[in-house]
Amino acid sequence: MIAGLLDRNPRFANWLYGFKPPEHGTIILVHRRVYILPARMGVLFGATLALLLIGSINYALALGFALTFFLAGMGLVGMVHTARNLARIGVSAGRAEAVFAGESMQFRLYLDGRARFDRPAILARHLGSGAQFVVDIPALGIAEVVLDAPAQRRGWMPIGRVLLETRFPLGMFRAWSYVEPDARCLVYPKPERTPLPPPSAESAVGALRSQAAGNDDFSGLRTYQLSDSPRHVAWKAVARSDGMFTKQFTGEAAAELWLDWRLLPAALGLEQRLSRLAGWVISAERGGAHYGLRLPGVEIAPGRGHVHAAACLEALALYQPS
Amino acid sequence: MTPTAHPLAPDVRMVSTRDLVWLIAALALVILPHTLRAPWWLTLLTLCLYAWRFYYSLNRVPLPSRWLVIAVAAVAMLGVWVEYRTLFGRQPGILLLMLFSGLKLLETRSHRDATAAAFLGYFLIITNFLYTQSIPTALLMGAALFTITATLVGFSAPNRAPRANLRTATVLLAHAAPAALVLFLLFPRAQGPLWGLPQDAYSALTGLSETMAPGNISSLAQSDAIAFRAEFEGELPPQPLRYWRGPVMWDFDGRTWRMGSPFLSTFEPPSGGRATYRYAVVLEPHNHNWLFALETAASLPENARYTEDGLILGRTLVRGRLRYEISSMIAPTSDVEEHPNLLRRAQLLPAGFNPKAVALAAQWRAAARSDDDVLSRAITFLRQGGYAYTLEPPLLGPDSVDEFLFVTKAGFCEHFSSAFVFLMRAAGVPARVVTGYQGGDLNPFDRIITVRQSDAHAWAEVFIRSRGWLRVDPTAAAVPGRIESGIARAVPETQQPLIMRPELEWLRGLRYQWEAAAHKWNVWVLGYNPERQRDLMSYIGVRDADWRSLTATLFTVLGIMTLLLLLWSLRRLARPDPVQRAWRAFCLKLAAHGVERTPSEGPRDYAARAARALPSARRPILTIAGLYISLRYGPQVTAGRVTQLRRLVRELRLT
Repeated sequence: MIAGLLDRNPRFANWLYGFKPPEHGTIILVHRRVYILPARMGVLFGATLALLLIGSINYALALGFALTFFLAGMGLVGMVHTARNLARIGVSAGRAEAVFAGESMQFRLYLDGRARFDRPAILARHLGSGAQFVVDIPALGIAEVVLDAPAQRRGWMPIGRVLLETRFPLGMFRAWSYVEPDARCLVYPKPERTPLPPPSAESAVGALRSQAAGNDDFSGLRTYQLSDSPRHVAWKAVARSDGMFTKQFTGEAAAELWLDWRLLPAALGLEQRLSRLAGWVISAERGGAHYGLRLPGVEIAPGRGHVHAAACLEALALYQPS
Repeated sequence: MTPTAHPLAPDVRMVSTRDLVWLIAALALVILPHTLRAPWWLTLLTLCLYAWRFYYSLNRVPLPSRWLVIAVAAVAMLGVWVEYRTLFGRQPGILLLMLFSGLKLLETRSHRDATAAAFLGYFLIITNFLYTQSIPTALLMGAALFTITATLVGFSAPNRAPRANLRTATVLLAHAAPAALVLFLLFPRAQGPLWGLPQDAYSALTGLSETMAPGNISSLAQSDAIAFRAEFEGELPPQPLRYWRGPVMWDFDGRTWRMGSPFLSTFEPPSGGRATYRYAVVLEPHNHNWLFALETAASLPENARYTEDGLILGRTLVRGRLRYEISSMIAPTSDVEEHPNLLRRAQLLPAGFNPKAVALAAQWRAAARSDDDVLSRAITFLRQGGYAYTLEPPLLGPDSVDEFLFVTKAGFCEHFSSAFVFLMRAAGVPARVVTGYQGGDLNPFDRIITVRQSDAHAWAEVFIRSRGWLRVDPTAAAVPGRIESGIARAVPETQQPLIMRPELEWLRGLRYQWEAAAHKWNVWVLGYNPERQRDLMSYIGVRDADWRSLTATLFTVLGIMTLLLLLWSLRRLARPDPVQRAWRAFCLKLAAHGVERTPSEGPRDYAARAARALPSARRPILTIAGLYISLRYGPQVTAGRVTQLRRLVRELRLT
């Protein structure tokens, strides 16, 4: 109920949590931001203590009192230790690789222990997606947290609020804190696989061969790279030697392909258009074509390679109709 | 918020074999003392349940169904019922708890169940204290407390090395100790039971009883248990004067002496005695309401009452260790007045028993001129009769006095006192049997006299018209060694408890030291009660402390302690490493002279710029920067170089 209230009133949440998102740089969980309450096991522990106390009084057991008070002291100390396990952690966000809509964004957080003791069993939970991750931060060390969140829309997706929680060392108290680091993930439109458009009249120089023909034109071997399609691996060459090799094909290197907004059927909506264009970019890049992108008000000159593809996809991801 | 399971919530995390091993070890440690008291089959069953659960975990098979667990529980409860005929007494209740620890393990799947089992372990610790609160028990249970705590830490950090978890448990307990001490001292203590205790709560206590029959005291005399300890201010009474008076036996039925119901009277302090001793007694619980004092009591403890026959009664049954302060006077002028009814009661004898003794007494009476004369004849008779003192007296028939006096001629103090009082009464002299303790062991380490059950003794008191009640110890008359040097010299060595044999001198020394420690433990730890709490509070300046002022003090002190702990832990966090601190101080010094570091500037560039701006300090600036870079980014950090960096920064003078 309270969670729902906070979701609907972000300003109230900001006031309550004492920070205004997003926060830049390394976020230090100062003690003001660490909250602590007894967990359910703490309540059970309290009930056990009450029983022990009653037994000690009833039977006038001096050692019973000693045990009860030792445990009570331990609960008290455990509370401080639980808060300490979270206090003054430095949280910084890493880069999140761009993904296509419908895939999963991977946000990376780095939790810097900033202490001479280790901080075991710290939970990070992405409140938006519910993704969670438990890490142990070593003494004077840093732990990496990877939080998966589904990429639902294209564009820049902020990480949103992240919960950090611990119950160490006794499980009787639960200390938690919220962070909202300045981390975002670029989400490309969900690509739609359709055949590439024919080379337009504007692609002045040369003729583009069909993609299939381009793939057949074997020109040599190069060392395998992780991004290479397994279909292009030269398995025979691999069998003969230690390394992995990829077959290289040459299409018509100079062929230019314009992936143009205007080539799309007029009936398509904005998102569908962007999806189709994204699918084209992928196909064109895979096909080794020399391609450019044209959107209303945006034009990316023909090129090829990962960087070029990323630029095209980013333009699609961030496109806003005027 | 989200339906995904919470990975830190104890109910979704399954116990691992490692967790289980810790838990079983902790529980085994807790029930260890109980296994000595439990019926063997119950111990075996509990251990089998532990082993069964462990087997399940090793083989990764699903746990037994709930019905099977319930069936095992039912069978075990039936067994306990057969053994004790009840399930609700103290002993059966505790044994059932012990059993439940095994059953709980059998249904332990998640960490929540395991945590509940660990809490049950905490609870089982306290059940041990119902039987004994000695130092060894405390140590063993301290170990159990530690193990359970380490187990709990292991639950909340499953991927951590056990050694690290042990260290955390140690730190937790060490930090908890001051809070525990404060709570122990200041928590408002209520006295006494909150509700009725089970019938068998005090059944195991030993000591003198309301009756004395042949064999009672001699069986008590083989017990090494402590009856009480006495701590004297100043001088100690010599061994032959240490008669600790207890219940007085008036009524004899031919076999058993009984004290009857005591008549209360007002206490009048005696006068004219030889010496007065002031001392404190720490009495072990004996489940009766009388207190022991050196003969003759010169003052009463607080709230105590006094009976016609000189017995001191406490307010309630002594069911916990009780400390009282008292003083005694040796041989005061006695009261020659006595109520005729009591004198009549002190001459009653059952008819038809012990004809030979009655005849002997009649013969003395006829020949004697006075009661005094009868008394000395009786003492002479015992002294010259060739009686032997033994812890294993022969069994006696219905005419127990005759048989002892004329046939077996061997007995323990109860035989001597019983026969003597019988003879006196038969001769018309009022007499009564007094039970109590004689002697006591002086511990040379803390000068405390320890009186054991083996010092239990019975003697006689006779009433002589001109002198009042007189103590006569027939055992001393017959076997003088018993009183002068204690039981050890009076009975043959083979009958003595092992520890009393003279050749084990070193063992006795060790035992004295141990007992001095145990006494301190009893007085300061176990004997801490509301009165002591009030004393402590008035010592720190709070007069007439009630629960309100105690609670206020308690919360203040605890609050301050928690705050200190919090500050300590935050400070420990906040302190950056010394290299970083030195570098920051260096930057501040330079900034004060106009060379401020820009956020993007690395140490090398910054130092170069500073050296240009402040050419007079060029060399130290560059040295410091070089040292900092090598300490911060270099492969090795030595304490010497850190110190050097700090010194250079401190000594840096800029103009």
